[in-house]
Amino acid sequence: MINRIKLVVGASVFTIASGAGAAGTGVQAEPDWTLPVHDNEIFGQLLFDRMEYQRDGNNEIALWDAQAWVGTDRKRLWIETEGETNLATEGGDVENFDAQYSYRLAPFWDIQTGLGAQATFGPGQNKERYSALIGLQGLAPYWFEVDTNLRVTEDGDLSYDFEAEYDWLLTQRLILQGRGETLVAFSDVEEWGVGSGINNIGLGLRLRYQLSREFAPYVGVSYTRYLGNTKDLREREGEDVESSSFVAGIRWWY
Amino acid sequence: MNEQHPDTGLSRRRLIQGAAAMGLIAGFDSLMPAFARGNLDNSNVYHTVRDGADIYDLTIARTPLTIGSKLSKQPITINGTLPAPLIRLKQGREAIMRVTNTLSEATSIHWHGLILPFRMDGVPGVSFPGIMPGETFEYRFPVEQHGTYWYHSHSGFQEQLGHYGPIIIDPAEPEPVSYDREYIVVLSDWTFDSPADVFRNLKVFEGYYNYNQRTVGDFFKDVETMGWDAAWSKAGMWGRMRMSPRDILDVTGSEYTYLMNGSPSASNWTGLFRPGEKIRLRFINASAMTFFDVRIPGLPMTVISADGQPVQPVETDEFRIGVAETYDVIVEPTDMAHTVFAQAQDRSGFVRGTLATRKGLEAQVPPMYPRTERGMAAMGMGAMGKSGGQAMHGGMDMAHGDMAGDSGGMNMDHGRMNMDTSPDKSSLSPVPTAGRPVSHGPDNHGPGAAMVASSPQSRLDEPGVGFETVDHRVLTYSQLRSIDGWPDKRPAEREVELHLTGNMERYMWSFDGRKFSEVDGPVKFYHGERLRLILVNDSMMDHPIHLHGMWMELETGAGEHRPRKHTISVKPGERVSALITADAPGDWAFHCHLLYHMDAGMFRVVSVV
Ligand SMILES: [Cu+2]
Repeated sequence: MINRIKLVVGASVFTIASGAGAAGTGVQAEPDWTLPVHDNEIFGQLLFDRMEYQRDGNNEIALWDAQAWVGTDRKRLWIETEGETNLATEGGDVENFDAQYSYRLAPFWDIQTGLGAQATFGPGQNKERYSALIGLQGLAPYWFEVDTNLRVTEDGDLSYDFEAEYDWLLTQRLILQGRGETLVAFSDVEEWGVGSGINNIGLGLRLRYQLSREFAPYVGVSYTRYLGNTKDLREREGEDVESSSFVAGIRWWY
Repeated sequence: MNEQHPDTGLSRRRLIQGAAAMGLIAGFDSLMPAFARGNLDNSNVYHTVRDGADIYDLTIARTPLTIGSKLSKQPITINGTLPAPLIRLKQGREAIMRVTNTLSEATSIHWHGLILPFRMDGVPGVSFPGIMPGETFEYRFPVEQHGTYWYHSHSGFQEQLGHYGPIIIDPAEPEPVSYDREYIVVLSDWTFDSPADVFRNLKVFEGYYNYNQRTVGDFFKDVETMGWDAAWSKAGMWGRMRMSPRDILDVTGSEYTYLMNGSPSASNWTGLFRPGEKIRLRFINASAMTFFDVRIPGLPMTVISADGQPVQPVETDEFRIGVAETYDVIVEPTDMAHTVFAQAQDRSGFVRGTLATRKGLEAQVPPMYPRTERGMAAMGMGAMGKSGGQAMHGGMDMAHGDMAGDSGGMNMDHGRMNMDTSPDKSSLSPVPTAGRPVSHGPDNHGPGAAMVASSPQSRLDEPGVGFETVDHRVLTYSQLRSIDGWPDKRPAEREVELHLTGNMERYMWSFDGRKFSEVDGPVKFYHGERLRLILVNDSMMDHPIHLHGMWMELETGAGEHRPRKHTISVKPGERVSALITADAPGDWAFHCHLLYHMDAGMFRVVSVV
């Protein structure tokens, strides 16, 4: 397991090293003069991709899916978090809170590497675990927004997650978003409700209206199905293995 | 009240409010520069002549102004007006410009299109350190040429805020054109937001200002007109490339108020004439980001000069003017009033003015042309019949792993698709480099270039995207012929090829995939050499490429009558070439004149050594 962690850390160091040294030299005419253009400025964005309320029968859930980045065109610090709370029990989980270094490797692709945390909270025992991750984020052909990561936890458990989004423009402001996600684990981690193999398939359709580029309320439906060993685990615990919910929320960025 | 005005006891704020109110009451005229009111007689109070030199005193300041009906505190004015006042010079004399900076930031003036010693060129960081707050900088240079030019800031985003004005240089010898009256028409784009915010929006949200993106409905319209298979493969092709055929202007009419001599359409800038007069109109596109299409419905225009340099008169009904270009035309209005109509290239807005026999007259304002999208020529696929669909590939494609999957799998039916309105022009090719293979870097320019046109064409005989439905004459570069050949008759000894590259997803703009901050040094020209500059546009947008200090003789196929230009608009997927005599020692800016492209990195220094 230690070797696996070494591999991920090694890859991260390599990424950071290849990211450095991209800047040119000799662009300054005189040392005390300003540069004629400032093309390596640092920008940032905070995006709540989904801040939503979900209802499945009598279950009510509040869900968040947010990301923030700061950096240049090529190199960025990228933070992503996703999680949910059951509004009745006030228990929930932080599916991930990842801090990543992101490097633009190809016109549409960033390679990302960093550390992530997962946690559960609320009634019962709170628990948390940490992982190292390496992933790809970008725009696939046909305009699919893709975010995918390979994670190895502190206990050496390996998993792979994949998320894709696609926007259909119905009008310039009315947008139907399709969304799919899945998680594949390479070992059973019963404590975290994870079985080896494909854990789940999540699908969603959200219709949003862009009041402005920055602010868009939406409604939609979301469907999740657990599979394989994970499904068995959940059945044993008496949890749902399939759920479909009505969702409403806002997409907002600054 | 600590900012007391010494004489009146008015606070500064009161003065500003007063000035704004006066602007509203007195109408727009009082805030206009004299040239915009038609006064071109060079009697500006800031101008003096001494010892054969034209001396101008120019003061750069922040001045609250009412634009349209809305007050803005951000204009950067010169001698209090937007646009800046006319500078009228005389060929053969000396020009002395005393520029005082009252801003709280550094500023500069670049004399666009003027041939002068490089220390006088006014590009901070390249030719001088800039003009610091409170400082007065004296520019001094001999005036070698004549024609219509302009001047603007080369510091930050100041140009977007009104820091630009016209230059007319009267010829030493009479020109072979006669006219009774002349007007300057300065076109520009104005934003009430901070330009830094505009830039950030472009940086963090692709297509922020584009409200003409392809929708599901557009796809079904395509199915109706071209059939399911063709519509599907068209959508698939753009989708694979992750390019939008609707990406025409980055900042659109959703953000901009378009101005003519500082007036929006509602204020209707008017140039007066007497019936029967010949009028010379000097068009200057001083926009930060907007290509304009200019016509005067019902009135043919005779183009007599381009970028200040005389060309053989050519009559046309409309012309596209790239950012930073200038055109002089002669018109002979007959009716009482004519609309001067300039629509943004993407048809998201327009500005109009009027030529009229008296104030207050208006002619009909035509509707804008329908919106359109780019064809396959924009991807450098003009000669697809020849290259067999292998014409492009989208950089390094991580999702597919291998490049062949992208281009080889693209099985397009050229017979049915027929999206490119231009004929196969490989037989015309006025460009001496036509037919030669294109040299890209080993890595297709890297992450800074979202695409590479591997079959770029000469498109000098095309008016450009958006004229598909137009049935009148539209000027093309291939129609421009200089009056005399230019003095240097040597053929090129050397070639320099540069690719115009970009990645809209991150709003990265560059040459050869590298932003200014990523290059290791200047592009070198050798003093006295004759060289051919080849520009290949590997992006989906038109770029007006501007070389400081030296002329570019555009190779249009006109033999010796190549037109001389300071700014060449290069269409997507196009390859153009220009001859240059490297006779100007020093460091010169070379960049895309779209302000936000330049600041995103589409900038190089050319060193003549
Ligand atoms: Cu550009």
